[in-house]
Amino acid sequence: MKVPLSWLRDYVALTLQNDDLAHSLTMAGTEVGAIEVVGEFWDQVFVGYVESVTPHPNADRLRLATIRLSEEEEITVVCGAPNINSGQKIAFAKVGATLIDSRTGEKEILKSARIRGIESSGMVCSARELGMGDDNTGILVLSEGANVGEPLADILGDVIFDLELTPNRSDCFSVLGIAREISALSGQKFVEPDTFKYQYDNGEIPLTVTIDDVDLCRRYTAIVIENVKVGPSPLWMQDRLIKSGQRPINNVVDITNYVMLEYGQPLHAFDLNTVKGGKILVRPAKDGEEFETLDGTKHILKYPMLVICDAERSIGLAGVMGGLNTEIREETTTVLLESANFDPINTRRTAQALRIRTEAASRFEKGLQPELAPIALRRAMDLIIQLSGGVLRGGIVDIYPQPRDLPRILFSMKRLKQVLGMEVPKSQVEEILSSLGFILDWQDNIEVNVTIPYWRSDISQADDLVEEIARIIGYDEIPTTMLSTAPPVHQSQNDREFREDIRDALVICGMQETISYPLTTLSSLEATSNLNDHPLPLRVAHPMSSELEYLRTSLRGSVIATLSANQRHSDQGFKLFELGRVYIPRSGDLPLEREMAVGIVSGLRLSGGWLTKEDNMDFFDAKGILEAVFNIINIDIIFEPGEDDLFIPGRCARVISAGSVVGIMGEINDSVLDGFEIELSPVILFELDVSNLLDIIPKEGSHYKPLSRYPGAYQDLAVVLDNNIDASAVKNIIERHSTVVSSILFDLYEGEGVQEGKRSLAYRVLFQSVDRTLTGDEVNSIRSEILKDLNDELGASLRG
Amino acid sequence: MTVENILGELEGLRNSALGELTLITGVESLDHWRVSYLGRRGALTQILRGLADLPSEDRRNVGAVANGIKAVLEQGFLDTQVRIRDEELRSRGKFDVTLPGRPTSMGRLHPTTQIVREICDAFVSMGFQVAEGPEVEWDRYNFEMLNIPKDHPARDMWDTLWVDYEDENKDRPMLLRTHTSPMQIRIMENTEPPIRVVIPGKCYRYEATDATHEWHFYQVEGLAVDEGITFSDMKGTLFEFARMLFGSDRKVRFRVDYFPFVEPGAEMAIDCFVCRGRGCRVCRNSGWIEIMGAGMVNPKVLEGIGYDSSRYTGFAFGMGPERIAMLKYGIDDIRLFYSNDLRFLRQF
Repeated sequence: MKVPLSWLRDYVALTLQNDDLAHSLTMAGTEVGAIEVVGEFWDQVFVGYVESVTPHPNADRLRLATIRLSEEEEITVVCGAPNINSGQKIAFAKVGATLIDSRTGEKEILKSARIRGIESSGMVCSARELGMGDDNTGILVLSEGANVGEPLADILGDVIFDLELTPNRSDCFSVLGIAREISALSGQKFVEPDTFKYQYDNGEIPLTVTIDDVDLCRRYTAIVIENVKVGPSPLWMQDRLIKSGQRPINNVVDITNYVMLEYGQPLHAFDLNTVKGGKILVRPAKDGEEFETLDGTKHILKYPMLVICDAERSIGLAGVMGGLNTEIREETTTVLLESANFDPINTRRTAQALRIRTEAASRFEKGLQPELAPIALRRAMDLIIQLSGGVLRGGIVDIYPQPRDLPRILFSMKRLKQVLGMEVPKSQVEEILSSLGFILDWQDNIEVNVTIPYWRSDISQADDLVEEIARIIGYDEIPTTMLSTAPPVHQSQNDREFREDIRDALVICGMQETISYPLTTLSSLEATSNLNDHPLPLRVAHPMSSELEYLRTSLRGSVIATLSANQRHSDQGFKLFELGRVYIPRSGDLPLEREMAVGIVSGLRLSGGWLTKEDNMDFFDAKGILEAVFNIINIDIIFEPGEDDLFIPGRCARVISAGSVVGIMGEINDSVLDGFEIELSPVILFELDVSNLLDIIPKEGSHYKPLSRYPGAYQDLAVVLDNNIDASAVKNIIERHSTVVSSILFDLYEGEGVQEGKRSLAYRVLFQSVDRTLTGDEVNSIRSEILKDLNDELGASLRG
Repeated sequence: MTVENILGELEGLRNSALGELTLITGVESLDHWRVSYLGRRGALTQILRGLADLPSEDRRNVGAVANGIKAVLEQGFLDTQVRIRDEELRSRGKFDVTLPGRPTSMGRLHPTTQIVREICDAFVSMGFQVAEGPEVEWDRYNFEMLNIPKDHPARDMWDTLWVDYEDENKDRPMLLRTHTSPMQIRIMENTEPPIRVVIPGKCYRYEATDATHEWHFYQVEGLAVDEGITFSDMKGTLFEFARMLFGSDRKVRFRVDYFPFVEPGAEMAIDCFVCRGRGCRVCRNSGWIEIMGAGMVNPKVLEGIGYDSSRYTGFAFGMGPERIAMLKYGIDDIRLFYSNDLRFLRQF
């Protein structure tokens, strides 16, 4: 909300520098987002008097205006504005003045010019040229009271605070509310406009008002003013409206807007001659009811949107917008002015459902109190009567079926200390709360009954008053202490720590972590995972884009897409992973959020260079990473041939630990790579079910095995066997013997010298005992045993 | 042999041995030299053997001289050994140490992971524990129990991504959490005070992205509830946190702000560490950088859970780790975090 300081000064003296005032408001909760200075560049603009206007000899649309700036100084300039007339007071810019170019919006220095043969030194300015809004239809006409020759900045210059308000403080959406804040913060007296200055005849009002639903409309006040002359509002009012971001329309509408800005109470003016039967009925709409708002939009209403009706039809959408059928027009002479209290939730629902954002609705939805309605009505009444020549017909209608007492809160000094951690003297509490309009009735030195002023809808409990006291004292004045209570008993965080261990292990193994959006497309999920395993992925109701529609049930597509996006700008190989959540739908409940880790490996094994052979990573690079990761986190795994549509058949392995599948890996098939426009090949992906792994966290942790003090013996063992037998079967047989410490496959051979359909596997085997030195004979006999087992179980023979 | 002759011979031996040493360049010739002078059958040994015939007084004198020479030669041997090794090392040739090294593959944690850990660790050091919760939430936890009822204008503070799911009342109660605050409720529902917890996690808002806004982002939430916890404790805890993350000379500022689930509500800023409070682009000339929202847990929230709000008080806070990382590392566009450009990720 924009508030001109000149307006604030009507109600409170501004004793601080602008920056200090802005800071003080900001610290106390009313954030000043920007400070705008009007007339900052007006040093060469003055009030001028239009002595005469004559036709331009060489142009039909231009005229020559003679402007008097003082007794001695008169200048004749060429002027194209249609609204210039002799006798006006106008803003005159001398040569050298800075003005806004009305076409470009940029600042320009005014130069003298010859226009159609006539020298013109200076200019009569429009509002836009002065940087005061967008109006460029004619020159800005100043009020008659302006003094000729006076710098324009002295009468129109201003400073505007652009406030970023919080939704709880409905009172701050008004100039008076901000003035009250400043008063409490600076100690300067707050002066409310006098709305009882004028007394009016209390004859009979030609109007009956009925409220059908007193919950949705707690109070309805109205007046009728006759003999109104609709026309432009006075310049001072237009100036304030423009500076507050409102467009002046006519005096009656401007006054309703002005009072809304001033008090925060929205008002609406109807043309009474178009209101049928002198009746106002406030009632909930019927489903399907049609209504045309004054912006010309037709709406279909629904129960219980609240409408204002006359004897025959709806004429206003309560608290949101008036109707086109009863709008104030130039020919309007009798005005029905409404100032009512509408329910915040219903108003908000109505405005949201019909997609109408108005200043009125945004004020009602924050919660206004019924006491405000008649006060704002009197203010508007005074202004209309003063500024439009109208007279009041009858008195004020005030329908207020269930008057309330102002709410009271029992507040205790003990609570203040309990929450803030500091003592505040009673006198200071008294002073602060009084300055904010609270009325205090002390029960003793500790407890006080506090009456909440009508404008503070946000105060409903003792701690709200604690904040009031703290914010006026200033949060900076509250001491800084460390928590002195005992910390809670430490809870084990195994799962989270273990997950972070996996993340660290992946990084240690050279994998780069990535994090991507969990919303994706159904087609990406379909292309990379099996959607038949669970219900259809959850969808967001109003996706921001078609790319961000479904909550992922698999991380695969995310990581593949990350590879795709990066493939062109890296000269290195790719080792990427993401450890994040997938969202498995469950009927009638929140989805199951499972932690998954997906890694992808492709491209050069090591970045190219003068020392390295350029070589692409393959399945076994990825497998090596997985083996290392599981080694780091201390979980035993085995790999078994697997199958998954993502992978090339026969190039996929399941990762198994403690009998359950904890992951899968494989070489991604070409159609998926094509779908993601990936040009690299091969691309290996692995997927670990982290949530599943958490269930098999090694409970014991690492366990020390004594180091053997006896030397070990290495022996090579090369066997030939059918090439469809898994290498792991050979290794298992070798390693199941108790004196075999390890076996490393150092050669794999198929081809010449080995029978077709067979292959040779060569292992370097370490034999070692923990309690003695193995003799050569012992080693040989163990070796023979192993060979026999290999032969018996796998049909393997020693390679000759 | 006279004593003089022997002494003369010793002197000659010393000179020729030391002279030869200076010419030796290899390990083998040095060994040969050692054998010929200091060996069992070496020249010096021979001379010493001849001393047996001398009277005892002469023998003592000459023996002292001979042992002195022996020590000199032994030292000469050791020095030469070092010299030869030195020369040999020098002769191996030098590397162009400016040539690139043999590459090792390495990975890094995402900058968000790093900063989230750093933030959590700071609070863990103050006795907080880390907890996590669901990203897909009920309206009840995300809003209602946080004192943000349906159709409350405060809901405008959180543009929400609703899940396309209707319950039996045709309401749409499921959403992507707009903040980590629902975990305050979940934790209090399941725990009795004392509570000290930080909650990192992803959050979502229906929001157009630009350099400072992401629809997908992280938050770190904090909550401390117990008897006797005060606003001044909140100030102290958050001040200590700011010093841990941004340096011990950091200043902090608390101003009034509004969040429905706290009262009094605050926003914490730190003095701009770029310009030290003088005003610059980073702090938009204010000298202060806002880094988190905070406040005392609203008694309405405590009562909603069933806590006795006259007995228990607490504070809560929440911050955006990306924003903190942006400040710490000078990143000027939040969209870089989750567009996963490796040229960005590899910098951290």
